[in-house]
Amino acid sequence: MDWRRFAVIALVIIIMFGTVVLVGIAHDSPLVIITSMLATTIAVATPLTLGALSGIYCERAGVVNIGIEGMMLGAAFFGWLASIYMNTIFHFPAMVSLLVGVIVAILTGGLFALLHAVLSITFKVDQIIGGTVINILATGITGFLNRQMFFGAGSVFGGQVPHSPGVLPRIHIPLLADIPVIGRIFEQQPIALTALALVIITHFILFYTRWGLRTRAVGEHPRAADTVGINVIRMRYMNVIIGGFMAGLGGGYFTLESISSFEPLMTNGRGFIALAAMIFGNWTPFGAWAAALVFGAAQALQINLQFFRTSIPPQLAFLQNSYVVGLAPYILTMLILTGLIGKTIPPAADGKAYEK
Amino acid sequence: MQNSDEKGFAKNLRRLLDSLLVPVLAILTAVILGGLIIKVVGGDPIAAYKGLIQGSFGSPKALSETAVWATPYIFAGLAVAVAFKGGLFNIGAEGQLALGAVTAALIGYALPTWLHADIPAYIHIPLAVGLGMLAGAIWAAIPGALKAYTGGHEVINTIMMNYIALNITSYLLNGPMRDPDPLNLSARTPEIAVSARIPPIFNNPLLRVHWGFVLALIVAVIIWWLLWKTTLGFEIRTVGANPDAAKYAGINVKRTIIITMAISGALAGLAGAIEVTALNYRHELGFSIGYGFDAIAIALLGKTNPFGVILAAILFGAMRNGATRMQFLTQIPVDIISVIQALILLFVAADAIIRFIYHIRTREDRVVLTRGWGG
Amino acid sequence: MADNIIVLEAKSISKQFPGVLANDRVNFDLRKGEIHALLGENGAGKTTLMNILYGLYRPDSGEILIDGKEAIIHSPEDSITLGIGMVHQHFMLIPVFSVAENVMLGDETVQHGILDRKSVAIKVRDLSHKYGLDVDPQAQLGQLSVGMQQRVEIVKTLYRDAQILILDEPTAVLTPQEAEDLFRIMRDLTKRGVSIIFITHKLKEVLAIADRITVMRAGRVVGSTTPKETNEAKLASMMVGREVILTVRKEAAKPKEDVLQVENLHVQDDRGLDAVRGISFNVRAGEILGIAGVQGNGQTELAEALTGLRSIKGGKIILAGIDVTGKPPRPITEAGMGHIPEDRQRYGLVLSYTVADNMVLCSYYLRPFAIGTMIQQEAVDSNARKLIEDYDVRTPSPYVPVSKLSGGNQQKVIVARELSRPVKLLLASQPTRGLDVGSIEYIHKQIVAMRDRGVGVLLISAELDEIMSLSDRIAVEYQGQIMDIVDAKQADKESLGLLMAGIKSSETLKTAA
Repeated sequence: MDWRRFAVIALVIIIMFGTVVLVGIAHDSPLVIITSMLATTIAVATPLTLGALSGIYCERAGVVNIGIEGMMLGAAFFGWLASIYMNTIFHFPAMVSLLVGVIVAILTGGLFALLHAVLSITFKVDQIIGGTVINILATGITGFLNRQMFFGAGSVFGGQVPHSPGVLPRIHIPLLADIPVIGRIFEQQPIALTALALVIITHFILFYTRWGLRTRAVGEHPRAADTVGINVIRMRYMNVIIGGFMAGLGGGYFTLESISSFEPLMTNGRGFIALAAMIFGNWTPFGAWAAALVFGAAQALQINLQFFRTSIPPQLAFLQNSYVVGLAPYILTMLILTGLIGKTIPPAADGKAYEK
Repeated sequence: MQNSDEKGFAKNLRRLLDSLLVPVLAILTAVILGGLIIKVVGGDPIAAYKGLIQGSFGSPKALSETAVWATPYIFAGLAVAVAFKGGLFNIGAEGQLALGAVTAALIGYALPTWLHADIPAYIHIPLAVGLGMLAGAIWAAIPGALKAYTGGHEVINTIMMNYIALNITSYLLNGPMRDPDPLNLSARTPEIAVSARIPPIFNNPLLRVHWGFVLALIVAVIIWWLLWKTTLGFEIRTVGANPDAAKYAGINVKRTIIITMAISGALAGLAGAIEVTALNYRHELGFSIGYGFDAIAIALLGKTNPFGVILAAILFGAMRNGATRMQFLTQIPVDIISVIQALILLFVAADAIIRFIYHIRTREDRVVLTRGWGG
Repeated sequence: MADNIIVLEAKSISKQFPGVLANDRVNFDLRKGEIHALLGENGAGKTTLMNILYGLYRPDSGEILIDGKEAIIHSPEDSITLGIGMVHQHFMLIPVFSVAENVMLGDETVQHGILDRKSVAIKVRDLSHKYGLDVDPQAQLGQLSVGMQQRVEIVKTLYRDAQILILDEPTAVLTPQEAEDLFRIMRDLTKRGVSIIFITHKLKEVLAIADRITVMRAGRVVGSTTPKETNEAKLASMMVGREVILTVRKEAAKPKEDVLQVENLHVQDDRGLDAVRGISFNVRAGEILGIAGVQGNGQTELAEALTGLRSIKGGKIILAGIDVTGKPPRPITEAGMGHIPEDRQRYGLVLSYTVADNMVLCSYYLRPFAIGTMIQQEAVDSNARKLIEDYDVRTPSPYVPVSKLSGGNQQKVIVARELSRPVKLLLASQPTRGLDVGSIEYIHKQIVAMRDRGVGVLLISAELDEIMSLSDRIAVEYQGQIMDIVDAKQADKESLGLLMAGIKSSETLKTAA
């Protein structure tokens, strides 16, 4: 990774952590505060990480995917819907319902991705338009069904949102989580942990396996891959669908791990920030994860400052204003895209439909 | 030379019908699919569509409301269409619209107070609307400049600007610009002064259609003229069609990109400003949500042609308007309209699907904007 | 030399594309150990036939026999299995991958699920030594020279035990010396029993290297012969179907004052490396200065810098007495520069625009085509009609999108546009690349006509024959520098070839001022 980008990431994270420590020092020891920040950062960066991984699978194979936002939204809704159905209608226990919800979320992501693949690869629709279609479709369907299923007349749930089975529980990693104080970092929920594992797995697949080599070839120079007998269309389809699974899992985070209800448009631009993380990370899993952590840290800062409301010095009071800190991810994204913090190079054939 | 000029009229008529064929079939297919969805969730599609049509065209009031809904769609659709013609993807219409609205509202209600005087309408209205356009133009010019000078892709940058605009308007409408009326519970501005209001066309409280609608039609014609009859329009279209050839032709590509985005943003800002000065007489939070993507759908449905945009905008306006009546009569949520519109967009964008279903010959005019993330 | 065993036979192959019959009942055979050249001009159908043999296309009719047995080739996988390897004209290589990764792509060696880069590297080094190819498996492909990249393409085929090798226009990107190296490698391969099909449109090469020559024209095989039985003129007329004038007839140049002065120009390429390193030369009105050199020695960057499409790091450019250093394209055009760009579809035309609009691409803002900001469509249209007639552009109407025109006619649109403006210097960059012989002749005529009208012409071309037949003076560019500028009358291919390879001979030719 470019030393400039590494330096910027480190700097930004240090500043954010430092701020929280300074503010909260009256309430708790620095170690506790930093631990809290780290734990929150890892959790909150989860959908961004998964969204970025989704982007990496798609774009490394040469398909631009700006529909990640829609895929996550759709997955969040249908995963949540499935878990409620399992729990309320079929009376399955909460854990089972939630797991079914996760599976449905993943599959929903894959389904939307399949649509994107068909549009972009087979029908050669402009890929950004295709991604926009996915986003609009997801917003429309989730909004419609949300209202119809729960609040519409004659709905199965009788006009109100039923009790949800809650959220996925934290997993206590043996040994690591037992460390005093810092142990909290190692108590994460399943999707967050899976995201971390997927970063490592994706890195391995992409750079050490035959599949990864062929995928990257298809994204750099599909015709060259074609002439050595690689099925470009099939590789692209499979990678886009895998990307959909990633986005689906990321969507599941919102309604099955973070909070246990669905709000229209709840993804709130996270799918697009994930794309910025992917670009900033130069289309590599670890790079994107690092960028996701930065964005996550900004959000964690906001959350953690809430705890220390009373001890914030007046000069920093503006940080309390959610509007200001809330702006950080978006402005940071734009800064990243200017290339001032190091230029990144997309796969050479990214965005171009393949013509035989 | 062939005699292609002689049969000009017939040929042009055939080309016009040809270009209408796919959008019409796309709409038809989407409507059928929408009906199926309604059936699946237990509703009555026929009754739903009847309610929809009744609500959009069934009475003078319905027609007036459709025009009211269509007005901002025309402006926003033109905004996205102009950007497309310039090879740019302006997904930021929503944010530009919001800022245009907020600015117009501010000038509308605060200016007389600042100047301690009344302002005649013929100054106040152009000022409010004009500054609203300027706000939108600047908001779009920023990602435009970033694209021109750093290569930062406008898709993500305009989306980010949307969220920033949302944050800013949220702050303003909950804070310094909030309506101080003690009965007010929402995040909205005070009413604008009477001198800043664009009057309705008819003197009938049921018919809300206002002169902003007429302005929208005029602006569409102006945009058509700009793009095809002026040197600036030639430059915009050339940069959109082939930026390398544009550079070769001596066109200042960076400057043209920024100007294109500025015009696009101005149109979106105009949409917001007109809504404030001609319809609501204030700006309320949440008003602008969804306009951005709708504008994209309208621009694509209208084949990025100003007159196509007018038709598409009226269609979308009619659907949104009629949906309220449909929901009232049949309890089908208005959101089904979003689904149908998404399906229309789907079929228009992938017209190959429509051609496949209905066995129509392929044409070569594919819209391709994605050039990767560039740099 | 070749045996008489036939290793590959194509029988009555036909292939139709929309609007063109690319292969019309083509018969072709290849003997073991021979170098069989397939000759024809652009569009004759050679590459289509080879793509069929390699499995990228399927023939509409006909059959292919390998070693006497019928072969079903549905994809490159099939042809690779049959021992056919192809080195494409535009390399099928991935710049960001290493050499080893490029070679193993599609046929990867895997150990426990992980790519086995090491054993591939070993095999690549072995092949490299065996055939004298000198390829380094660890190098990143994008950093290698073009000649070296081509060797990687060859190694790719040998890695898969290819016995039949198809080379598509391999010398297009090589210096004369590198071409000689390639010929040596080819002869080496044939000694080991590899049979080679060699596609080209260069007559001299064919006579130098081939055992047999088959000529194609307009999708059909016109005839087969051997170098002993034929000569350039006969081959050329077989290729074109009529008598071809191989050299352009022109009178002596009458050069006048300088129209272009380039002083110590420094330009960087897209990667930030120096592409043009201190070039100085001048062009006079009424003469043609040809810049010879293999692609990739800075010609593209030079042309872009001179026309304002690329920024300049140092030096000066004076056009018709005006200092245009570092200026954008428009002032340069207005100072009298005409530009026929190297990449006509990317820079020279807007494919979706009509012929008429393309013809005013550089002057749309001037009278009579625009008054102020208002475009005068009638003026644009009548200008188009006149130019179409004057320059014999084959198009159904001025309102047809220029994408529908053939390559030659597209180039004519550009030529018509540039030559109908008041131009003092014409920069023609690879002006006849990819065109049919008729168009090539036409454009050569136009260039000489411009010269005779008093325009200064700067001709940049990788085709040495074109440079030698058109130019009054010849400059050779190598790695961003001018090796020498010589009088065309005194130049010969061998000495120019040495200069193009960077070798300044001790006995210098008489240099023209």
